[in-house]
Amino acid sequence: MKISVQTEPFDIGIETAAMSNGRTDIGAIASFIGLARDRNSGSEVSAMTLEHYPAMTEKALAAIIDEALQRWTLLDVTLIHRVGRLLPGDPIVLVIVASSHRAEAFAACEFLMDALKTRAPFWKKEETFEGERWVEARESDNAAADRWRTNENNRNT
Amino acid sequence: MNCRVLYFARLRERFDLAEESVELAGTPSVADLLAHLQARGGVWVEELGATKSFRVAVNQQLVKTDAHIPDHAEVAIFPPVTGG
Repeated sequence: MKISVQTEPFDIGIETAAMSNGRTDIGAIASFIGLARDRNSGSEVSAMTLEHYPAMTEKALAAIIDEALQRWTLLDVTLIHRVGRLLPGDPIVLVIVASSHRAEAFAACEFLMDALKTRAPFWKKEETFEGERWVEARESDNAAADRWRTNENNRNT
Repeated sequence: MNCRVLYFARLRERFDLAEESVELAGTPSVADLLAHLQARGGVWVEELGATKSFRVAVNQQLVKTDAHIPDHAEVAIFPPVTGG
């Protein structure tokens, strides 16, 4: 498992290779990259600054990964999140999941992003022509995270 | 008892405060701390009122408002997160 909160960019090729290097039991690797967009809520965004809660961030990410490991049989997970000032087009977050078969890798990758979006202590502040503004949390992100809770309930019933 | 309270992102800016030490009587819950802060009035009521959306972590774990705050705990109050 790898968790990193960093200002530097990441390289998905290097991270994926590091994950599969020297092992032959991995049958599937799914990944997700989130990028900074140039528009949000009807305004042009020229840059954004990501703030976090250093004492909590890695703990929260580790807890999310632990939950994924309990739900699916995963062979490895890499989660990298950038902080600091980013420009449109810059990568923000990387999730890579390795498993024996694709279903687990796809599902866990999506779960990790949904959980991160609602539970990991990061905040975005955007620079727009109208000035700086904090990004508001979206209800759709809560709904996306809640889907997994519903699935869990269904499984129990 | 005493706890350290941290504020992040928009709340830090609204309160113009990144952290402070707060004294509370007895064995307080998060709700007790919030009531203590709201009693300051102004921006504290505006941001921490019942209709407002914010999150609280005690010792770096997200908790509900009925959670107990241990002595010397680190409590963080922050807006709903927007990473990813």
